[in-house]
Amino acid sequence: MELTAILYAIPWDLIVIQTVNGIVTGMILALIASGLTLIFGIMDVVNFAHGELFMLGAYIGVVVLATTGNFWLALLIATLVVALLGAAIQIATLRPLLGRDPLTTILATFGVSLILQNYALWQFGPVARKIHEPFSGHFTLFHLEYPWYRLVIAGLSAAIIGGFWMFLKYGKYGIWIRATTQDRVMAQAMGIPVPLVHTAAFAIGAGMAAASGVLFGPLVGVNHTMGLDWVLKAFIVVVVGGMGNLGGSIAAAIFISLLEAYASIWVSPAQAVIVSFIVLILTLLFRPTGLFVPTPK
Amino acid sequence: MNASADSPPLIAVEDLHTYYGKSHILHGVTLHVGPGEVVGLLGRNGVGKSTTLKTIMGLVRPTEGSVRLAGQPITGLASHKVARLGIGYVPEDRRIFRLLTVMENLRTGLDREGVTDARKQELLDKVFTYFPVLAERRNQAGGTLSGGEQQMLAIARAMMLEPKIILLDEPTEGLMPRMVSQIRTIVDVLHRDNVAILLVEQNVPLTLEASDRVYIMEKGAVRHHAAARDLKVNDAVIHQYLGV
Repeated sequence: MELTAILYAIPWDLIVIQTVNGIVTGMILALIASGLTLIFGIMDVVNFAHGELFMLGAYIGVVVLATTGNFWLALLIATLVVALLGAAIQIATLRPLLGRDPLTTILATFGVSLILQNYALWQFGPVARKIHEPFSGHFTLFHLEYPWYRLVIAGLSAAIIGGFWMFLKYGKYGIWIRATTQDRVMAQAMGIPVPLVHTAAFAIGAGMAAASGVLFGPLVGVNHTMGLDWVLKAFIVVVVGGMGNLGGSIAAAIFISLLEAYASIWVSPAQAVIVSFIVLILTLLFRPTGLFVPTPK
Repeated sequence: MNASADSPPLIAVEDLHTYYGKSHILHGVTLHVGPGEVVGLLGRNGVGKSTTLKTIMGLVRPTEGSVRLAGQPITGLASHKVARLGIGYVPEDRRIFRLLTVMENLRTGLDREGVTDARKQELLDKVFTYFPVLAERRNQAGGTLSGGEQQMLAIARAMMLEPKIILLDEPTEGLMPRMVSQIRTIVDVLHRDNVAILLVEQNVPLTLEASDRVYIMEKGAVRHHAAARDLKVNDAVIHQYLGV
């Protein structure tokens, strides 16, 4: 009797809705965090400009969409342009600092982040821009009219991450990236052009951030500070998932987004963010190598 | 030396000086290796043998001196370019890519421009013939192999570059006798294939057996140089520099 009462008390409809929401947000976060963890894993660089690459991707999406009217073309061009910009940033600011005190790379990427943010403010102004969804269909999820686009974002993010994983696993250059991540010196001694691999990895990470900026643009609006919130969450995800661990970051992104989504059934979404920080603090206290990495033997 | 009088040696190291920070490690090392020659580099711990190999490989930049490969200067060249020019490197601690499978470890050297699929298969068949255990474990992560198997993988990986010379740093260290004899066999096989070897070892009898010539280092410089067969009958030199 009591069990039935408890089962009735659980808001199953809200839980299902929030599960879908959590997975959608988690996939976008996983896409941002994958680039961040790739860059950290291979270069030991904490990229403070990652959020601005996400923001710049969204702005380039806005511009291309306004010019061509084609969302998918905007997604493609924003990804490529920001990937190229990422390569230029890596060559100009990080390559000369390789092997120096990590603080120098943190300061360099922080500087790049300020420049990109202020460039966006100067170029596009403080008023948020809107990226229109490529289609506006809905389906009924309990009492909600749920937009198909949200599910498409999750699917596309999963496809991009899946493609990236396949590239890392089976591609010649993927093996170069993994070998360089594990042992930079030995990779060089095997003839792998490590400086080029670093630049390529930064470009891929930047491109993934830009793609997530365009995909998520229709849901949040585009402004020059939009990267800040997301990069903060992405940092939490990367730490909780295990620094430099791609699979761990993806798992952590979905895990944290689901927790936040469930928490916001009972508290406001702004308060639900606290859950991420609690997970972060607990991880740092009890398992600082990350929740989703095997225990070292 | 196998090189003819008018052709340059395969590797010519002249008056090499290398520092780690402020520590002066190499004090003017000079040595030559001819094509297809096996040359031993002996010395007590800390005399600069491994640093010599690292400097040749471009992993450490020398402050003075030169390294030439078949007459071409390679001093200070980035190590990936040195590797592509035909120098394979098997470091002291093996440094296999632990999370990559055996096959992926081999592919780091195999996936180069200009190597046809048929040639790749030939190279793989060759190392799998010499090291059948690597064929059995081709899909296993490198980190799960035993110490001896990791050493085989490190040598096989260097062979994928089709090097003219392999720098072998203490390949038998910590291995059981059966593995040591396998490593010894592979040194002979490489010698037969006309691949030169610069062999750094603590195992003096093995070095004297496997090498054509031997350099003995002390305090960051070469102090003695002789044919291995001469050192075998004159152990006073070995005793003087190595205390064995």
